[in-house]
Amino acid sequence: MSEDDTPADDPELTLYRLHGCPYCERVVRRLDRYGLSARSRFVAGGHSTRNAVARVAGTRSVPVLVDHDRGVTMPESGRIVEYLDRIYGEGA
Amino acid sequence: MVDFELVAFPPSDHPEPGDRAPDFTRPLVTDEYWEDRTLSGLAAESGGVCLLFYPLNWGGKSRYWWSEITERSWPVEEPAVVGVGISQPFDHRRFADFLDLSYPLYSDPRNDVARAYDIVHDLDGMEGIEEPRPAVFVVDEELLVEYAWVAEEWPQSPPFDEVEAAME
Repeated sequence: MSEDDTPADDPELTLYRLHGCPYCERVVRRLDRYGLSARSRFVAGGHSTRNAVARVAGTRSVPVLVDHDRGVTMPESGRIVEYLDRIYGEGA
Repeated sequence: MVDFELVAFPPSDHPEPGDRAPDFTRPLVTDEYWEDRTLSGLAAESGGVCLLFYPLNWGGKSRYWWSEITERSWPVEEPAVVGVGISQPFDHRRFADFLDLSYPLYSDPRNDVARAYDIVHDLDGMEGIEEPRPAVFVVDEELLVEYAWVAEEWPQSPPFDEVEAAME
C-alpha cells in the first residue's frame, strides 16, 4: 500500500473526505473551479476509525487537504478554501 | 463433493498465462479508506498481484473463501492478494471488518472488470444483478499473467493449494 503522504500515481493534492459530507463537497467545488485534480481518499464510519486522517492531520475530522508539493496539511473546509483561493486563485 | 451435476459455465476468453491482464481503475477499499487505484499501479508497487474475483459479500462462498485465505496467511505483497467484488465501498468495508480481513477489496458494482476479463456470471433468479465468475489471476509487476484459474462450474471454489504454489 502507498504511504499516506506519497500518492502512488500522480496528483499533488490529496483530499480526505466523506461521502455526502457538504464541507467536503465545498472543497471539491473549489478544486474544480481552479482546475485542480486531487486524489480522493474516502473514510468511512465514526471518528474512531479514521486513523489515516489522524496520522496525517492530527485530527479525525474531514475534509483534510494535503498539498504535497508545498508540504501543507490542512483541516477545516473554511481554511482549505481560503488556502486554495490564496495559492491557486485568480489573484495568486 | 456432490454427486449431481453442477451448473456449467460457458467457455470464457479470459486472460491466460503469458497474456497481459486488462488494466482497470476502481475504488480499492483498505482498512482506513478507499481511493481509486489502477491495477497496474498496485502491481508495480506490490511486486505483483493475486486478483481474486469472488461471489457476493456475505454469502457462504465469500465468507468461507476469505476465512480460508486468512487462515493460510496469503501474502499482502509480492504478490498482494486483492479481491474484486460487486459491493459498493461501504459494504466492502463492513464485510472486511466482519471478517477482520487484511486484504483490500476492489469495488466494482457494474461488474465491468469481470466483463473485461470475460468472466461475467449473470445471477439466475436475481434480475439485474451479476457478479464475477469465481476466478484467480496471479500477475507480475507488469500485469503479465503468471497463473489463471477460472471456475467452470457454479459453485466452485478456487484450488487454494494450486494458487498458493503459483504465488511462490
